[in-house]
Amino acid sequence: MIGRFIQNAGWPRIIIALFLLGLFIAAPFVGVRVDTSLSNTLVRFGMNGVMVLAMIPMVQAGCGLNFGLPLGIIAGLLGATLSIEWNVEILARLAELGAQYKISWLNEAFLTSWREPIGFASAVVIAVPIAAVLGWFYGKLLNRVKGDEMMIATYVGFSSVSFMCIAWLLLPYKHPTMVWGYAGHGLRTTISVEGYWLHVLSDALALDINTENIHLYIPTGMLIFFAVMAFLVWVFMRTKTGTAMTAVGSNPDFARASGVNVDRMRTISVMLSTVLGAIGIIVYEQSFGFIQLYMGPFYMALPAVASILLGGASVNKAGILNVIVGTFLFQGILTMTPSVINSYLQTDMSEVIRLIVSNGMILYALTRKVRAGR
Amino acid sequence: MSDNNNNAPLLRLEHIGKEFYGNRVLSDISFDIRAGEIIGLVGENGAGKSTLLNILFGMPVISSTGGHEGVMFIDGRKVNFTSPNQALAHGIGMVHQEFSLIPGFTATENILLNREVLNGSTMSYVFSDRVSTLDRQAMNERARAAINTLGVNISPYMTVSEMPVGYKQFIEIAREIDRKNTRLLFLDEPTAVLTETEAEILLIALNKLARSGIAIVFISHRLSEVKELCSRVIILRDGRLITDQKAEELTTRQIASLMVGRESERREVPQEIPEAPVEPDNVNYTLSPSPKKKKKKIKPALKVDHLWVDMPGETVRDVSFEVKKGEIFGIGGLAGHGKLGIPNGIMGLYPAGGSVRLSGRKLTLNKPRAALGRKMAFVSEDRRGVGLLLDEPLDWNITFTAMQTQGRFLIGIPYIFQIRNEHAMRKEAKKFIDQLEIRCTGPHQKAGELSGGNQQKVCLAKAFVLRPDVLLICEPTRGIDVGAKTLVLDTLRNYNKENGTTIIITSSELEELRSVCDRVAIVDEGRIAGILPASSPAEEFGMLMMGEKMRVALAATE
Repeated sequence: MIGRFIQNAGWPRIIIALFLLGLFIAAPFVGVRVDTSLSNTLVRFGMNGVMVLAMIPMVQAGCGLNFGLPLGIIAGLLGATLSIEWNVEILARLAELGAQYKISWLNEAFLTSWREPIGFASAVVIAVPIAAVLGWFYGKLLNRVKGDEMMIATYVGFSSVSFMCIAWLLLPYKHPTMVWGYAGHGLRTTISVEGYWLHVLSDALALDINTENIHLYIPTGMLIFFAVMAFLVWVFMRTKTGTAMTAVGSNPDFARASGVNVDRMRTISVMLSTVLGAIGIIVYEQSFGFIQLYMGPFYMALPAVASILLGGASVNKAGILNVIVGTFLFQGILTMTPSVINSYLQTDMSEVIRLIVSNGMILYALTRKVRAGR
Repeated sequence: MSDNNNNAPLLRLEHIGKEFYGNRVLSDISFDIRAGEIIGLVGENGAGKSTLLNILFGMPVISSTGGHEGVMFIDGRKVNFTSPNQALAHGIGMVHQEFSLIPGFTATENILLNREVLNGSTMSYVFSDRVSTLDRQAMNERARAAINTLGVNISPYMTVSEMPVGYKQFIEIAREIDRKNTRLLFLDEPTAVLTETEAEILLIALNKLARSGIAIVFISHRLSEVKELCSRVIILRDGRLITDQKAEELTTRQIASLMVGRESERREVPQEIPEAPVEPDNVNYTLSPSPKKKKKKIKPALKVDHLWVDMPGETVRDVSFEVKKGEIFGIGGLAGHGKLGIPNGIMGLYPAGGSVRLSGRKLTLNKPRAALGRKMAFVSEDRRGVGLLLDEPLDWNITFTAMQTQGRFLIGIPYIFQIRNEHAMRKEAKKFIDQLEIRCTGPHQKAGELSGGNQQKVCLAKAFVLRPDVLLICEPTRGIDVGAKTLVLDTLRNYNKENGTTIIITSSELEELRSVCDRVAIVDEGRIAGILPASSPAEEFGMLMMGEKMRVALAATE
C-alpha cells in the first residue's frame, strides 16, 4: 500500500513534500507564521498555475517543454498594456453598444461597477489572438526542428524578449500611467495595474480572515479561475483533436499512419501553449499588481518548467495532476525557504535555494528523457 | 602459408549451431573450406546465413547472446573468436552488404585505413607511431596495386562520396585483399549493387583471387552467378545445411527448389502452417479455381498500375497488378527488393506515384488519410515503430485510428463538441482481447508491455476495428512465436471468409504466403517478377525470387 503510493508518487515528489512539510513544522520555531505562509503559498499557486498549465499541450504533442513561454507572456503583456491604454475607449464603446442594441443591463452603472473585470477580460481578449498568431509562427518553426524543440524554444523565448525590449520603447503608447514621465513615450519597466484590474480575480470571493490569532487569505476567485482553465485543458485533451495530439506525442509515425496530420497537431499544441501562457501572465499580474516589461519575462519559463517536472511530468507526458502537485510543491518551497531558512541561518539563501530546486528539477527531468527515449 | 599444412582445410566447421533466446536459427552446420576454393552460400532470408557469418567473424552479437554451439578449426587448430579483430588476425576478411566506407576519404585512405604506411621520425620515437606522418606515395601505390588486382581502373585519389555504387563495392573488396594475411574472404551479396558489366569484372577478379590461393565464400541471390563462379554450393534452409555439392552437379533450378524447400518435403520445423489442401474447407485457397471464376465479373478491388514508391531500402520501381474482391493476395520476394514498399506506398506512408484504383475509383496517393477514408486498413511491418503507441493503453491503440478517421468512439455533438467515449473504447478493446486471445491484464495495459505476438494481435485488432474493405498486412508473423503465428494466420483466413474482405499479405516467408493466399506475386528489384497461383510448385516461386524472369522459368519447365 505505502510501497505503491511511493511508486505512484515518485521519490522526488515525496522528498520535496516531506521537505516542505518540515519547513511548515519548523516555521513557528523560528518565528514564521504558518497561516500567512500557507496564504502566500496559495496566492503564488494561483498566480503561477495557468502558466504551468501552458506546458501541457506542447509536452503531450511531443514538442517538449515550452521553454518559449516568454513568447506567450509577451502576448499577455501586450494584452495587459493595451487594455490599460484603451481602457476608456473600451468602456465607451461598450456603453455605445448597450445604447445601440438596447441591452438594458449594459448601462453606465453596470460599466462603472464592473470596470475592473471588464478591464481584465479585455486584456485577455486582446492577448489571446496575438498569442494565437505568435504561437502559429512559433509552431511552424518548431516543426522544422523536430528533435531539438526545447533548445530552439529557449532561444525563441530569449530573442523575443530582447526584440520586445526595443518594441516597448517604440510602440506608440500614450497612456500617462504607463509611459516614461520625462519623455512622454516609451513604456516604463514596471506598470501598476492598480485602478485597472488589481486583484480582480484574487479578491473575488476571497476568504480573508484577519483576527488576533489568525491571518488567513485564500484567493478563491483566482483558484476557481485556475480550476476552470485546468478543466478546459482536461476536456480539450479528451476531444478528438486532443487525443490525436497525445498520439502524435506518443508516436508520430503511428499518428501519421492513422491519418493524423502530425505537423498540424503540433502547431495547434504550440498555439494552445502560447495562448495559455498569455492568459497565465495576466492572472499573475492581477495578483502581483504590476506589469513587468523589458527583461521581466526573460526567465519566466524556468519556474513553470520546473514546476511541472516537479509534479511528476516527463518531457513527453504531462497531466493536470502534475501541474497541481508540481505548482503547489514548487511555490511552497519558494515561499517557505526564504522565510524559514533565512530566519534560521540569518542569511539570504532564498535565491540560491530557488535556483538549486528549479534548475535541479529541470536537469533531473532531462536526464530521465534519455532513459525513456526510443 | 596454408601450403605447409596441406592436409588440414583452411577452415573447418563442426556442428555449428545457434539459438537466440530459445529461437533456433542454426543447427548442426559442418563443412570445410580449402585454399583457393570459391564456395557459393545460398539460402532464403532467414535461412541463417547472416548468423553463420556473424559466428565466423566473431561478432559481439553472438557472444553477448550466449555464444554458439560446435567448433571451428583454422589450419587444423581450434579457434573461438570473441571479436572481429581476432577473425581479422586469422586472415578472415568480410565484405558486408552495407558499405562501411568513409565518404569524405579517398580510395587510398579507405583501403589503407588503420594500416597506413608511416614515415619514421623523431617524434614517433618519442611518442609512438600515433604521431607519425603518412607516406602518401607509398600508400597510393599500395592502393593502386590492390585495385588493379581486381581488374578495374579506379583512381586512388578519388573520394568515395563521388564514386558510383559499383566502385564503392570494389573499394570494399580492395580493402580486404590489401590486408596481407587475408586467406578467406566472405562476400555478402557483392553483386547486388553492380551493373552487369561490373558484376562480370568482379567475377573475373574473384576467380583471379582464388587462383592466388585465397578462399572465397560468395553469398548471392543471383543463382546464375553462383553457378558460374563457384566450385561448390552450400545451401542453407531454416538453419540447416541442406546440401553441399559441386556446382556443376546442380542446375539453377535445383538450387532454387532446394532453397525454398520442395513440394514433397515441406519443412519439418514446427513452424508448419496447417497445409491448405489437407483441410477440406480450405481447398479453395490453394487449388480450386471455381470461386474465382464466379467473381470474374466484379471490378477488381484493387488495381495498381505503374506504381513507384520511394521507401528507403525497399524501393518499388514499376509495379502493376490486380487484386480481385474477396481474394487473399500475397506479395513475396527477398528483403530489400521492394515488396514492403508496395503496401506502404499504397497507404501513403512513403512518397509514391503511379495509379492505384480502389473498386474502379482512383485513390489519392501520399495521403494516409485518403487511403484510410477509402476503407483500407494497414498493418505495418514496423510494429513497434509505426504500428503501436507503446506508451499508451491497449484501448487507445485499438480504437485510435477508427476514432480519427471514422469519428467513432466519441460522445457529444459531431463537428461541434465531442470527447472520447472511454467506455466504448474499453468495450471494443475487450471484445478484441477476447476474440484474438490477446494475453494482457486488460484494456488499460500499455501496448509496450506485451509480447511480440500479442502486439501483433493488437495491430490486427486495430485494423479490424476499421471494418476495412481492403486490408494490407506486412509481415504478419515476423518475430512472433509459433503458436501466435498459427493464430494470426487463422484469424486472417477466417476474417476473409466471414467478411469477404480483400486481404493483401506481404511476407518474407513464402511458405506462409502459399498456405494462406490465393495468388502470390513475387517482387524482384522493385518489379513484379511474376504472379502465380499459390498451388504452383515452390521451385517456380524460387526461380522468380532469384531474379530469373517468368519466361526463363517457364522455358525451363517445357
